[in-house]
Amino acid sequence: MNLAPVACAGAPLARRNPVAKLGAALLFSLPLIATLDPLTPALALVIELAVLPLFGVRYRVLARRAWPLALGAAGILVTMTLFAADREGTVLFWNVTTGVAAAALGLVLRVFAVALPGIIVFATTDPTDLADALVQNVRAPARFAIGALAAFRLVPLLTAEWQTLTLARRARGIDAGHNPWARLRLFASTAFALLVGALRRGGRLATAMDARGFDSGAVRTYARRQHFGPADAALVAAAALASAAILAVAVVTGFFHPVLG
Amino acid sequence: MADVVLKGFGWRHAGRRAWAVRGVDLHIRSGERVLLLGPSGAGKSTLLAALAGLLPADSGESEGTVEVRGRPGILFQDPQTQLVMARSGDDVAFGLENTGVPAAEIWPRVSDALDRVGFPYPINRPTHALSGGEQQRLALAGVLALRPGLVLLDEPTANLDPAGAALVHEALSSSLTPDTTVIVVEHRVFPAVDRVVVLSPGGGVEVDGAPEVVFAGHGPRLAEAGIWVPGYPLPRHQAVSPPAAALVRTSAAAVGMRLPPTDLSVRAGEVVAVTGPNGAGKSTLALLLGGLLAPTSGRVSAFDDPRPPHKWRAASLVRRIGSVFQSPEHQFVTSRVYDELALGPRRLGLPLDVVTTLLERLRLTALAEANPYTLSGGEARRLSVATALATAPRLLVLDEPTFGQDRRTWIELVALLAGLRDEGHGIVAVTHDDAFVSSLADRVHDLTPVEPLPRRRPSFGASS
Repeated sequence: MNLAPVACAGAPLARRNPVAKLGAALLFSLPLIATLDPLTPALALVIELAVLPLFGVRYRVLARRAWPLALGAAGILVTMTLFAADREGTVLFWNVTTGVAAAALGLVLRVFAVALPGIIVFATTDPTDLADALVQNVRAPARFAIGALAAFRLVPLLTAEWQTLTLARRARGIDAGHNPWARLRLFASTAFALLVGALRRGGRLATAMDARGFDSGAVRTYARRQHFGPADAALVAAAALASAAILAVAVVTGFFHPVLG
Repeated sequence: MADVVLKGFGWRHAGRRAWAVRGVDLHIRSGERVLLLGPSGAGKSTLLAALAGLLPADSGESEGTVEVRGRPGILFQDPQTQLVMARSGDDVAFGLENTGVPAAEIWPRVSDALDRVGFPYPINRPTHALSGGEQQRLALAGVLALRPGLVLLDEPTANLDPAGAALVHEALSSSLTPDTTVIVVEHRVFPAVDRVVVLSPGGGVEVDGAPEVVFAGHGPRLAEAGIWVPGYPLPRHQAVSPPAAALVRTSAAAVGMRLPPTDLSVRAGEVVAVTGPNGAGKSTLALLLGGLLAPTSGRVSAFDDPRPPHKWRAASLVRRIGSVFQSPEHQFVTSRVYDELALGPRRLGLPLDVVTTLLERLRLTALAEANPYTLSGGEARRLSVATALATAPRLLVLDEPTFGQDRRTWIELVALLAGLRDEGHGIVAVTHDDAFVSSLADRVHDLTPVEPLPRRRPSFGASS
């Protein structure tokens, strides 16, 4: 499991404050949810792909990160074209109509347009920097931000733990064979053991953190500074403006199709 | 610079009837190096937690008083659950940030602490790229950066191989200033201590004094109680008859990058020890022999079965090969010791009288109703061996069976394995433990990679 940033850190936008990047991503993608037309997410995707080099993310790297998303999108496409109830418009082939195709395309584009900013943020941000910025720039409680960071560090261990638990069950004479019910039960019991182990480990980590004065009520200082400067504010503002501009184009061209009403 | 004064101290965890520790009177002066000994269950770790200020008042009931003058710092067993940050330097800085050390002082103190423990890497080294011993060194730096007057060490090398333990011992001896008070809990005797305190399981302090005096006067009793007193011999178990036919054989079996092609056969009636440094593939070999992993090249054959063990159904696997993992908890699947032992026989439709026999043989009868997760380290180890025996396999594969065991459990376990060998079982044990090898092994298979020969450099124009 690889969760580390993949971008080259020197790129002009990758260097921006993590909170600014997160804020920009949210401000850019959330308004897009308000409309169901395919034009809005298409425009957003164009902008997202255009700024990608400024974040130092290569298209190939992005494709590798985003493949689970592509899988999900393909699923949506198939389900929509086959099962959509609303079949207006002319028949393109078989029983797929233009209306169905447009709706499916709009949905797939939306999935990509909304998810991509998040992927860009996490591909260009070190988790430690994000936690620091959350605490220092938006006054998030350290108990939450640093605690989540510490827990996050234990996540890759779970993969190895799962393998060990699976082998240990076979060593005890437990396997499911081809019986799907037995497989499900074995999966559930292994997952439960994983959870119990994770809780014990988390408890030990919490004790070790307490022993080093974490959340003891003393005022924390910061070993690493995160600055939120004019360039960071500009990134957030630009994201909000871009989002507003896209929605304006959609309204003017008559494509705008609000979710509500 | 810390004095520690305990007067009639006791602690009972919430919801427990028995006191974890009770009636301890102790005065430790500044700069003393104290080794705290005692059999499992004497409350050593609870006492350390109390001194570190890690027993919140609402988590149990206390009696007597604890007084610690000076700031305590504590190092635990498991490096994995002590490191908080992704980069080494940030981890040392973590405690300094928490206690509000001014930002300008943090990084000088981080480098100072890393220097003192002999940390060989740059400060941005990812913590997950460190070995266990190096991680424990880093965790020690994190403790020392806070400049504690009292350093508490809770079995700091119990999770490490001998090389890792040596790293930690080295770091401790180079990093502690003379005025630092140190209290260590260990099963093994720790270097450079000047006082030994033995807790009695019934409560209170049993023996207290200089190490030579304590070990000379009470050595046999301490050894009996499970403490690794230096100079006490361990029993040797030699095979009574020559080994019989091979039970399992690997021919050039390899697993990707984890295990190079290996030839090994294990016969009935012998104990084979698999040794070698960390990363040489010892545990992978154990999984291969245990029928739990498929080789990526080469082959494994066992019990004259044309199919390799990893293709067997689990039910037939456990009738032939029993695997015991390094951490017993990974193998527990029920919530009662009795059920844990009965699981294999029940699944195979075998009679359950073997459970009673095994409970008695491994001194677990009194714990039959207990939850396996609540057992002590030694009890959990005995149970995990017993569960493997319940389906009567001819071959036993054990991964680090003596890891972190006290002397008493160690001796019992080695005697048990010797008995099984003499009954005709084949036993393979992956181990770092030299004493285990010399006490029990009939054969050693060393996985230490062969160093490539030094390459000769052609020397141009060198005439001399």
